[in-house]
Amino acid sequence: MAALLEVNALTAAYGPTNVLHGIAFAVEEGGITAILGANGAGKTTTLRAVCGMVRMGGEIKLAGERIEGRATEDIVRRGVAHVPDGRGTFVHLTVEENLRLGAYTRRDRRQVAADFERVYGYFPRLKERYRQQAGTLSGGEQQMLAIARALMLRPRLLLLDEPSFGLAPLIVRDIFQIMATVNRQEKVSMLLVEQNANMALSLADHAYLLETGRVVIGGSAATIRDDDTIRRSYLGY
Amino acid sequence: MEQLAHQVFSGLATGGIYASVALALVMIYQATHLVNFAQGEMAMFATYVAWALMDAGLPYWPAFFLTLAIAFIGGIVIERLIIRPFDDADVLAAVIVFVGLLVIFNSVAGWIFSYVIKTFPSPFPAEPPFGNRLIGSHDLGAIAVTLVVLVLLFIFFRFTPLGLAMRAAAQNPASSRLVGIRVGWMRALGWGLAAAIGAVAGIMVAPIVFLDPNMMAGILLYGFAGALLGGIDNPGGAVVGGFLVGVMENIVGAYVIGTELKLTVALVLIVGVLVVRPTGLFGHKLVTRV
Repeated sequence: MAALLEVNALTAAYGPTNVLHGIAFAVEEGGITAILGANGAGKTTTLRAVCGMVRMGGEIKLAGERIEGRATEDIVRRGVAHVPDGRGTFVHLTVEENLRLGAYTRRDRRQVAADFERVYGYFPRLKERYRQQAGTLSGGEQQMLAIARALMLRPRLLLLDEPSFGLAPLIVRDIFQIMATVNRQEKVSMLLVEQNANMALSLADHAYLLETGRVVIGGSAATIRDDDTIRRSYLGY
Repeated sequence: MEQLAHQVFSGLATGGIYASVALALVMIYQATHLVNFAQGEMAMFATYVAWALMDAGLPYWPAFFLTLAIAFIGGIVIERLIIRPFDDADVLAAVIVFVGLLVIFNSVAGWIFSYVIKTFPSPFPAEPPFGNRLIGSHDLGAIAVTLVVLVLLFIFFRFTPLGLAMRAAAQNPASSRLVGIRVGWMRALGWGLAAAIGAVAGIMVAPIVFLDPNMMAGILLYGFAGALLGGIDNPGGAVVGGFLVGVMENIVGAYVIGTELKLTVALVLIVGVLVVRPTGLFGHKLVTRV
């Protein structure tokens, strides 16, 4: 399979502090890659670097085209949707307006109208609350809204920053199930950053383990899952 | 009694002008959390542009709309060239830039058009409408124009994708970029709209106060008081605040402190609101989930 996203020698810094020291990974077309690691390993920064939100160096290729150094808006317009750390909800806008913003760059209006029904199909709770101010939603609902908003872009690549963070286990299971469906049925490739290694490895086909800004292990998700040493020493379960 | 009613109506007319200025201030405040002190002088300059266009022979309404277009583009250009480099700068730096703009517009207007006070035409008839004795035609017309501008803005922000994108960009720039909104351009557009709204206010107030480079100084203060009273982060509230300030100013001026001290009303209001209720009547306190 060809790689949709190819990252090489990626570095990133906040001010004088280097956070990523030349990491490399890939997301295959239609695949799911997970990036695992503890707090402060550089997972969120990796996602931010991919969509041009931090100062970075190295090489990022989306479907063969170099995208590093481009503005976030332009990367989004190439079909990269980002479910950010903290969910990025527009709290003063309604649920429906949040979703409309997700499709902001699209011009195919009729298809967008159909996509509302599509994402409401995945998240019926959002349909019930479509006129509600998004800031009044529960944490789980806001996470659903963030994913739904990203899907409204009809992305080729979905970047997910800890979708399980702060949520009840049942809701996490639901959300991961929906992500698996989206990946299978709509062929949306995903780059998933998670602390919940167990859930992430069950969803992903490839995984990379990040430690203080370096990839320590990378490979097929199955290998990492089944390797007792890795599991015990890095993933802690 | 009739005297009081008259004061209220003419207060509503100037209130409409304050409401427009307040709205222009709120529009820029929402996007940048800064109050544009040059808003009044930009409006004054636009009014001079309208005067020059009419002086060159253009009829009133074509000159009116052409001025709005020029103000809109001018606002965008100012944001792109002068304000944008200070996006990441300190608040004080931005304030200095605003004050600088104020002085520049004021002096350039005096330089080009001279400080001699000019009359400015009203598009409305001189006789009061329907033979009533409460409100003059220009006052009524100014209120109507303000309301039309408000309704158009409401429709724009509420029902168009671009209006939604502008609201989103003002609220949450980071997330807006993530859905592909060009946040910098939304800000420039906000400046353009604010400049155009200010131009409407200037053109409507000029027949009342006469045209001179300092005509907006007091009006900006009243507009700012209106914006604060209504809630500086709430456009609807700012409009209501503007009207309230207009009426209050007139009544207090006529019955309590006399016209010489009227401007004090605005200052007292500003201080009072900030001390008693900093969010204004309709502003929302920022509440965040932890």
